Amino acid sequence: MHERLLPVLAPYRGQRGALIPVLQKVQEEIGYLPEEAISEIAKFLGLSQNEIYGVATFYAQFRFERQGEHTVKVCQGSACYVQGGRRILDTVEQELGIQPGGTTEDYKFSLERVACFGSCALAPVMVVDKTVYGRMTTAKARQQLAEHQRE
Amino acid sequence: MPFDEIRKQAISQWEALQHSEQPRILVGTATCGRAAGALAVLEAIDKELSRLGIEATITQVGCIGLCYAEPLVDIIKPNRPRICYGGVTPEIISQLIQDYIVDDNPRPDLALGTIGEESIDGIPRLFELPVFKPQVRISLRNCGHIDPTDIKQYIANGGYSGLVKALAMTPEEVIEEVKKSGLRGRGGAGFPTGQKWEFCRRSPGKEKYLICNADEGDPGAFMDRALLESDTHAVLEGMLIGAYAIGATQGYIYCRAEYPLAIERLTIALAQMAEYGLLGDNILGSGFNFQIAIKEGAGAFVCGEETALMASIEGKRGMPRSRPPFPAVSGLWAKPTNINNVETWANVSAILHKGAEWYASFGTETSKGTKTFALAGKIANTGLIEVPMGIPLGDIIYEIGGGIVGNKHYKATLTGGPSGGCLPANLLNLPVDYENLAQAGSIVGSGGMLVVDEDTCMVDMARFFLAFCQDESCGKCVPCRVGTRQILNILERITEGEGQPGDIERLEQLAQLVRSTSLCGLGQTAPNSVLTTIRYFREEYEEHILGHRCPAGVCKSLVAYHSLVDRCMPCLITVAGYEVGGYSTLKEALSEVDRAIIIEEAKSSGCVVDVVRFLMTCAQSESCGECVPCRLGTTQILGLLEDIASGRGSLAHLDLLVEIGNTVKMTSQCPFGQNVSELLLDTLESSRDEYEAHIRENGCPRGVCKVPISYHTVCPIRSAVKAPEEGVLVTVSA
Repeated sequence: MHERLLPVLAPYRGQRGALIPVLQKVQEEIGYLPEEAISEIAKFLGLSQNEIYGVATFYAQFRFERQGEHTVKVCQGSACYVQGGRRILDTVEQELGIQPGGTTEDYKFSLERVACFGSCALAPVMVVDKTVYGRMTTAKARQQLAEHQRE
Repeated sequence: MPFDEIRKQAISQWEALQHSEQPRILVGTATCGRAAGALAVLEAIDKELSRLGIEATITQVGCIGLCYAEPLVDIIKPNRPRICYGGVTPEIISQLIQDYIVDDNPRPDLALGTIGEESIDGIPRLFELPVFKPQVRISLRNCGHIDPTDIKQYIANGGYSGLVKALAMTPEEVIEEVKKSGLRGRGGAGFPTGQKWEFCRRSPGKEKYLICNADEGDPGAFMDRALLESDTHAVLEGMLIGAYAIGATQGYIYCRAEYPLAIERLTIALAQMAEYGLLGDNILGSGFNFQIAIKEGAGAFVCGEETALMASIEGKRGMPRSRPPFPAVSGLWAKPTNINNVETWANVSAILHKGAEWYASFGTETSKGTKTFALAGKIANTGLIEVPMGIPLGDIIYEIGGGIVGNKHYKATLTGGPSGGCLPANLLNLPVDYENLAQAGSIVGSGGMLVVDEDTCMVDMARFFLAFCQDESCGKCVPCRVGTRQILNILERITEGEGQPGDIERLEQLAQLVRSTSLCGLGQTAPNSVLTTIRYFREEYEEHILGHRCPAGVCKSLVAYHSLVDRCMPCLITVAGYEVGGYSTLKEALSEVDRAIIIEEAKSSGCVVDVVRFLMTCAQSESCGECVPCRLGTTQILGLLEDIASGRGSLAHLDLLVEIGNTVKMTSQCPFGQNVSELLLDTLESSRDEYEAHIRENGCPRGVCKVPISYHTVCPIRSAVKAPEEGVLVTVSA
C-alpha cells in the first residue's frame, strides 16, 4: 500500500488543505478508502486516523468498502423526481438486487442515488460510470444495465 | 506578446473562420447535449464527411440553452446564414450533410431557425422565436457560439477587454463601476456585489482570497454548469477583475465533483490563461499578480454555504459557522475573503466590458440586469434561459417555456430549489425579481425553476424537499438537525394517510421556528417549501389529513386503489361467461405466454372483440393510475372498443386503436400496461377480420357483444355487504 500510494500522495507534500484532494486521488487510485490507505494518509499528512474519518464520512463521495466495476448513479433531484426518477431507481434496485450504497455480489455494479447532475432538462437522468443518459425510461435503464453486464 | 497584438490576431482568425470557404458545423457538446447523444452525432459527422470527401470545419460549442431540442447541430455554408437544427440523430445528420451541404437544400422541415442577418425561406429566425424573443443574453452571451476550449475565440468576441479596462482603472474605480451597475449576487441571496467587494477591499491584510462558488448543489439548477462548460473564460475574467479590485492574490474555484466536464474545461482554460499572460505574476504587464486553483467538491449540499465552503477548502468537515465575523473580515485561513457565484463573475466581465450604465438599463429599480434560469419539469421547452429582471413569471412559463406539456393544467413553479417555495397560478403575473419573489414567500435562489402540473402533489413535493434538506443538514445546529426531522416526520405521516387535525398548524409553528433560529441558510430556508405550499395549497393538505385522499393521485397510501383482484378474478371471468383458462389474476392472464392461449380460446368459445373488451374493462379498472399512458390509454381504448361492439365503429377506429395501443405499449411504466396493450395489438393483427365484421355489420355478428360489462375492483358481493369506505372505489360499467 505504501509503495502504491507514494506517487499519489507526493504532489501534496506540504500543501495546505490537502486532505480532501488526497482522499479523492486515493479513492480514484484504489476505488475506495480501505483502512490501510487511511493509515498511510494519516502518516503522510501528520493527522490522526480519527480526524481523517471525521472528514471523509462527512462527504457523500467517499466509500469505505470495495466498489463494483461499474457505478450506476440514479438522479433523485427534484426535476428527475417530478419526471419519474423514483421508478428508474426502483427498476435498477430490482434488476441488480441491491439498495443505494450497495454493491452486487459479483462486484460488477455499485448503486448510488445522487441529488442532481445538472442535466435536469433531460430528466430523468441516470449515470453509468462517467456517461450521462438522459430521458430515461425503465426499459432504457434495463437495457443499459444489460449492456454493461455483457461487457 | 502585448494583449493588443493577441486580440488583433484572435480577431483576424475569427474573421477568417466566419468567411471560410469551407462549410462549418457546430455541435453542442455540453453535458446536456452529450446526455441526449451529441457525441454519437459528432462521430457520424466525421464519418459521413470523410465518406463523401468533404472538407469542413467542425467546432464543439457549448449549450445555447435549448436543452429540449438537444442534440443541436448548426451548419454554416459560405455566404449563407447559420442554420440551427434540433433533435439531430446520426441518421438525420447524414441526411442533412447530403441534402444541405452537397445538394443545397436547407431542409426547413428539420431546422429550428437561422442565426444572422439574412434569412432563408421557410425557416424562422431563431432569435425571433417565442423561446428566445423575451430573452436578453449577458452572462450567456457566448454560450453556443464559441468553442469554450479556445481562448482566442473568446478574446475575438470581446473577451478580456473588461480586464484590460479594469487594469487601467484604480481598484476603487472598478468597485464603483460594479456598484453603479447594481449587480447583486446571483448565488441566491442577492447581496450587492460592489458593496461586498468594498468590505473585503477595506479589510486590513495583505493576503486576501477570492472564491468562485461553483458548488451548484440545488437539485433542478444547472445554470452554472452550462456556463462553465460553454463560456469558461467569461467566469475566469470576472474573477481576475474581482481579484484586482479587492487586492486578492489567490483564487479558488470550488466546483462540485458531479460536473466533470466543467472541471475539465476549467483546467484547459487556466492553462491557456497562463500561456497568454493572463494568470500568474504581472498579469498583462500591470504588476497585478493572481493565481487560480480548482478545488473539487466531495458531495455535500451544505458546502454551497460560504463558510462551509471555506471549511471544505481548508480540508475540514464542511460545516458552516456563525457570522460575524463575515468572510470579508475573516474567511479562508482566517484571511479576508470574497466569494461570488459563477454567474456573478460572468456578469462582472460583461459589465466592465460594456459599462455599468448599459448593464443597469436592464431589469427593475432594485434588481438590475438579467438572471439566468434553468427551466425543468412539466414544461415544453426545458432548458437554460436568461431574462431581464422583472419579467412576468407567466412570460417565462408560457412564452419562453412553451407552456405545460400534454394539455395539462399549470399548478405551480418551484423556484430556488429546496430552499425556495412555490408560485401558484394566480401569481403568473408576478414580476420575477428578488423583492417580489421574497414577498411571495419564495426566493430567486440560484435560478432553478421547476414547473409542475396537476399530476404533482404539493404535499409530496414539500416532503421531497424536506427529506433533501434533512438529509443534507450538517447536524451542527439543533433547529436544523432536529427541526427538519420533526417537520419531515409530520409530512411523511400526512402523505402516508396518517395525518391528524392540527398538523398544519404544527407544521407552521415548527417551520417558523426552524427558519428563525437555524445557523445557516440551509436551515433558514428549508421550511420555505412547507410554508408556501401551505400558504397556496392549504386545501391539498386538508384533503390529505381530513379527506384521506391525495387529489393528484401521488401519495400511494391515499390513492383510491385497493385491488382485491387476486381473489375475484376467477369468479369474474366465470361470471362474464368466459372460461379462459384457470387464471387467478389478471396480471397472470396477461403475461406473454398466456395471451396467445386467451386469444385461441376466445376464438373458439365466443367473440374475440368481446373478450378483449372484457379484459380491457378489467384492465382499465385495475390500472393503478400512476402513469398516464396506462391510466388514460386504457380508458380511450375501452371507449373505442365499446363503439365497435355497439355498432358505432368505423375503420378509423381500428387505426386509432393501433396508434393508442402502440403508445400505451411503448410508454407505460410497468409490464401491466404493456401487456394489456400487446393483447389488443395481437388481436388487431391476428383477428382483424373479426373487428372489421363488427364494423361492417354494425355490431357483433354473433350477438355476443351486446351484454354490458360491469367490473369492480372490489368483489361486488363483498362491497354489497361492507360499508363503501372499505369497498367500491372504482366502478366501471358500460
